Amino acid sequence: LQDETSILDLNNAYLMKYVADIISTVEFNYSGELLATGDKGGRVVIFQREQESKNRLLSRGEYNVYSTFQSHEPEFDYLKSLEIEEKINKIRWLPQQNAAHFLLSANDKTIKLWKISERDKRAEGYNLKDEDGRLRDPFRITTLRVPVLMPMDLMVEASPRRIFANAHTYHINSISVNSDYETYISADDLRINLWHLEITDRSFNIVDIKPANMEELTEVITAAECHPHQCNVFVYSSSKGTIRLCDMRAAALCDRHSKFFEEPEDPSSRSFFSEIISSISDVKFSHSGRYMMTRDYLSVKVWDLNMENRPVETYQVHEYLRSKLCSLYENDCIFDKFECCWNGSDSAIMTGSYNNFFRMFDRNTRRDITLEASRENSKPRAMLKPRKVCTGGKRKKDEISVDSLDFNKKILHTAWHPKENVIAVAATNNLYIFQDKIN
Amino acid sequence: MQDPAPIGLSLPQLAASRCNLCWRGRRSSSFTIKPGLQTLMTLAIKEHEQHERLEKLKTLFGLPVNKAKLTSQRTRLKNQNGFHLCRLGREVYTFVSTSRMSGSLLNMFSKGTKRKFSDGDEEISDESLVGARVASSYSLQRQSLLDMSLIKLQLCHMLVEPNLCRSVLIANTVRQIQEEMTHDGSWHMVAEAFCSAGQSPSERLVATEVLCRSREQDAEPKLFSVISYEGCREEEVVADETLCSVSVSDTVSNVCLAGRIGQCWEKSELSGVERDEEALEDSRLGSGEDEEIDTKDRASTESPKTIGQVFGTFEIKNGSPGPDSALEELFSDVDTSYYDLDTMLTGMQSAPKMGPYDILDSLAPSHSSPSIVSTPNCRSDLNELDHIMEIIVGS
Repeated sequence: LQDETSILDLNNAYLMKYVADIISTVEFNYSGELLATGDKGGRVVIFQREQESKNRLLSRGEYNVYSTFQSHEPEFDYLKSLEIEEKINKIRWLPQQNAAHFLLSANDKTIKLWKISERDKRAEGYNLKDEDGRLRDPFRITTLRVPVLMPMDLMVEASPRRIFANAHTYHINSISVNSDYETYISADDLRINLWHLEITDRSFNIVDIKPANMEELTEVITAAECHPHQCNVFVYSSSKGTIRLCDMRAAALCDRHSKFFEEPEDPSSRSFFSEIISSISDVKFSHSGRYMMTRDYLSVKVWDLNMENRPVETYQVHEYLRSKLCSLYENDCIFDKFECCWNGSDSAIMTGSYNNFFRMFDRNTRRDITLEASRENSKPRAMLKPRKVCTGGKRKKDEISVDSLDFNKKILHTAWHPKENVIAVAATNNLYIFQDKIN
Repeated sequence: MQDPAPIGLSLPQLAASRCNLCWRGRRSSSFTIKPGLQTLMTLAIKEHEQHERLEKLKTLFGLPVNKAKLTSQRTRLKNQNGFHLCRLGREVYTFVSTSRMSGSLLNMFSKGTKRKFSDGDEEISDESLVGARVASSYSLQRQSLLDMSLIKLQLCHMLVEPNLCRSVLIANTVRQIQEEMTHDGSWHMVAEAFCSAGQSPSERLVATEVLCRSREQDAEPKLFSVISYEGCREEEVVADETLCSVSVSDTVSNVCLAGRIGQCWEKSELSGVERDEEALEDSRLGSGEDEEIDTKDRASTESPKTIGQVFGTFEIKNGSPGPDSALEELFSDVDTSYYDLDTMLTGMQSAPKMGPYDILDSLAPSHSSPSIVSTPNCRSDLNELDHIMEIIVGS
């Protein structure tokens, strides 16, 4: 349909399929040059954008594999007889301060700071050892020479610089780097800890919602994020659909929130599943720092930080699922945690859905679009066709009916380039990267 | 009469309120939902099956067949607690309730097929049909949702690392349903029936903990859980006076929400799989010694609860409790030691060298059971089977 133009004219799409493991997190770095993915097997794969070449017709570079390393290994907690999964729950980049890149990767219990550095030169001409590394016989050395740096094939090394462990009893669901670039927070189901990047043997607990009697537990923390500009402010969301904004200057323990965001429930749509679908799976500040976005099961809400009683915008992601909640509860899909992301200018937001669909909403024009991340669509230069789900009645051509949606193909993780219209969409074990159309 | 379709439920389908029992076929991958009752019925079924097999073998070899026993067993199962034993497939049975209220929707698992049975002897007048349908439809749905949630909670305890957020959300849903049922008064009925049924002295499964959830003590129904799941043991476990026992019933089959919800959180914090097994071991031994179980003490001192304890079991109430002798007779000759929940769970958790159903199947005569239950009939049948097998094998 010509009148349904997409928000981004995404047509340059390509599919990066690199590993059989399920992708569990996707994150661009601050410049957008690097894209990191973590998977269920504890590996991190980093993609780098090719330098744009004037000669080539494609004005945008493609992302190619830059580095791969095993970040976390499966562990066994002997005290509790529980296995600790090596699945990477979150990756967050640190802003680049020198030639090397740093990122934090977290599994259920441990956070690691990795340094990714390049090596493209090698010293040759040592005095005491041969080129192959064997020690030279000292009596054979007759002359002295200064080793020379020779170019070599680019080698990207990843080394763990810090390991932040043993601070979380429950599963870590979020990490967020503070705007001071010195501290970061990590959140599990019941607690949030504040770390210093240099100090691994200590962390400060700043939020603790664990009740004295665990029988009274009715609410858990689902996500947390630091404010992009104010290093004393952070938010955390809960399984009851509430968001609390806390100021670290107010007290050492931020159990008492500074702001409490909750939308009053619509009594007409109350059901047994109301609480479950109101549980917030992701919270993200806008780049401006003025808004934040929350994702619950059926919708995405944009909140103004100055208004606590309701969101300023609500976008329905897949409202057609509301009548299927019982089935989704039965097959556990109702507990899927979808993420959401802003574009660089905060004018559009994106989130995933089922059947490998993902949705983008333009905040200014209020238009939205549904696209599919599939192999057919990922031919280069092929325009992405908008998809539509038909909820009932007659199904038009090209529409998909709700009952034929594949609930095993879910897009939980998406990322948007901080400056350009490039998006990364993780569909189970495939990574799709879509770029904007060239003029 | 076709039952109102449950809300889009696929496998595992959960029954409507009145009969919530299913027997998991050997090769199916779903779970039964009421370990307590399931085991009772499992024993009966297994015994029945075994007899059937035996009789078949006998016929093959021209040996005299004990048809009377088969028939009597079937009748017994049929009449027991108002359930009809229906055979749907190989090793798959379902129970269809004769309750009028429900219209007897039922569930079973047989290689992925789902069936609905409607009870033949329903006589609901037309006028009340619509009203009853609507009301029962909602309560059916609510009940099935409750059942589903409880299953999920049980399952999540069997996982190595339960997802706390999911567990909390499911538990909240369960609480919500329970509150509504309390509000409705339907929970009250359950509690009454429960307490009245508790007069019967035959206490196979003993509820050993009382959960009082909220402030309204009087109207609040007592919720029971089975702390130590014993299966069927002939020796009586002496229970606290205030506690009701579980007996099988048919008119009001409701789920009694059990246990301390907090236990499942504690599990992730404190207990591990091994500790659970130990605790189960302890509890089994403890009750075997005929100790009086003071549940309140138990509840407070035992912090990590075993898997079988948390959201323990569901009970089906018996409106017309059969005489104790019938119950005893039914279960007296079945060897129960194999069907303990802990065995099943252990079997499930460890990489299945021997899955739970293998345990059930392996009624080998060589298996020495620690159970005190005397199983003369069972043993003799096994011996007969053995004898026949020997003939076949010629060893």
